[in-house]
Amino acid sequence: MSAPFEFILLLGGVFCVLILASFVASILKKRVSPDDTDPVIENLAARINAWWAMVALLAIAMLFGRAGAVILFGLLSFAAMREFLTLTAKSRADHYALAAAFFVVLPVQYYLVWIDWYGLYSIFIPVYAFLLLPIISALRGETENFLTRVSETQWGLMICVFAASHVPALLTLQIPGYEGKSILLIAFLVVVVQGSDVLQYVFGKLFGRHKIAPVLSPSKTWEGFLGGVLSASILGAFLWWMTPFAFWQAFLVSLLIAVMGFFGGLVMSAIKRDKGVKDWGHLIAGHGGFVDRLDSVVFSAPIFFHVLRYFWSTV
Amino acid sequence: MTANSVFANVSANVIALFARLVTAVRAIWDGVEPVPSKRVYFANHTSNGDFVLIWAVLPPSIRRRTRPVAGSDYWLTSKLKTFIGRDVFNAVLIDRNPESREDDPIAQMAEALDGGSSLILFPEGTRNTGDDPLLPFKTGLYHLASQRPDVDLVPVWIENLNQVMPKGEILPIPLICTVRFGEALRLEAGEIKDAFLERSHAALLALKDCGDAA
Repeated sequence: MSAPFEFILLLGGVFCVLILASFVASILKKRVSPDDTDPVIENLAARINAWWAMVALLAIAMLFGRAGAVILFGLLSFAAMREFLTLTAKSRADHYALAAAFFVVLPVQYYLVWIDWYGLYSIFIPVYAFLLLPIISALRGETENFLTRVSETQWGLMICVFAASHVPALLTLQIPGYEGKSILLIAFLVVVVQGSDVLQYVFGKLFGRHKIAPVLSPSKTWEGFLGGVLSASILGAFLWWMTPFAFWQAFLVSLLIAVMGFFGGLVMSAIKRDKGVKDWGHLIAGHGGFVDRLDSVVFSAPIFFHVLRYFWSTV
Repeated sequence: MTANSVFANVSANVIALFARLVTAVRAIWDGVEPVPSKRVYFANHTSNGDFVLIWAVLPPSIRRRTRPVAGSDYWLTSKLKTFIGRDVFNAVLIDRNPESREDDPIAQMAEALDGGSSLILFPEGTRNTGDDPLLPFKTGLYHLASQRPDVDLVPVWIENLNQVMPKGEILPIPLICTVRFGEALRLEAGEIKDAFLERSHAALLALKDCGDAA
């Protein structure tokens, strides 16, 4: 158990932001919603409280290094896939295929990340699960909606397990001059992408006028998108000291992952509209479900991973 | 407390915790509040886990006084089932076969209510495995309501458990379930059997539709 000094520094910064946010929310509550009636303020308070819990959980997991990250994201994948597959098409004939997705594919993927077998974990779900799960479903002989069923299950695995597992996989990258600090890559990814979500929310609430995709998501506005993504990129640039990046590189990488995160939210909103729900789940008060909170991270993590692997890592 | 009852109590909590871990079950109180008044919760029946799920979402103080009504022809067929049915969940075990039975099921249920318990009842009588969302009700709910007209009958719709563990499967798949409690109803003065069964059936089915619309 040892955390680089930069991690403690960042955590201190995040705590300061949370204290400030809780303080602002309590003032807003006194002024606007003294009798707990304003839903926006109530939701804001619930969101901030959930952030405290999420930051604490993530920080504790990070202290345990790769084991902590693998276990935490394995559990998050489980919770996310449970939400995802609740809404997808399935029939009784898929029972074993779904059981295999949860109890075989998910743990094997995270085990492969744990033992750092890049050659297999990078193709295990796109190749092996992709080919084997439809066979299990087909053997039961139910053909109605077959393609829809197997495709939606595969999509759930790709998003909730494959993409999410790239967050702990960051710890396996070997970057010269950055030894022993790779948990900072997770911290950087999470702070920039989640920071971008929060800043989009703040800019959207304060200045949002023009909707980007009114059919998909009434809360996404051009003002929120531009303000949030740009300010998160600037935030990321100023975190260059904890990354292997130069200042300008940190800005560009942050811009890339913040934009990917935005589109992740947009794509997952499209699926929610398609399935007729507002939130993926209910377990994170104020935020909805695990997928609601993770959508931006899962879209940006594999891209962030591969950019680092192409240009910075030696393996 | 005997060792057996302690073990039964621990088992009950372990089973309820397991049900929560697999299904992340959420209760929606949509017309009644979770208060400890004497009630008959009547629910759709698609899986053996149905009463576990209702039981798991009830507040602990209410949970201890709520007994499922279950078929003795199923729950007394092995030692493990007997332990779970009788000791862990303290079920009111009724014989569903009119030919062989010695006790009157309605009298057994009325006696449990008189003893201060609430009941969980599945008026379809058997697990529904077909495409019809809710089978026609057996008459038990009506007879119980006419014998104890002062007890609230609360409809409870259980969503998704049939996909978590379809009949015949032993491995549950983790999917999110909801349990929706609706507005209580009672047998009205002069209401005939068919009208009451139709009304209670419709009240339960209406809860499903509220879930689908949300």
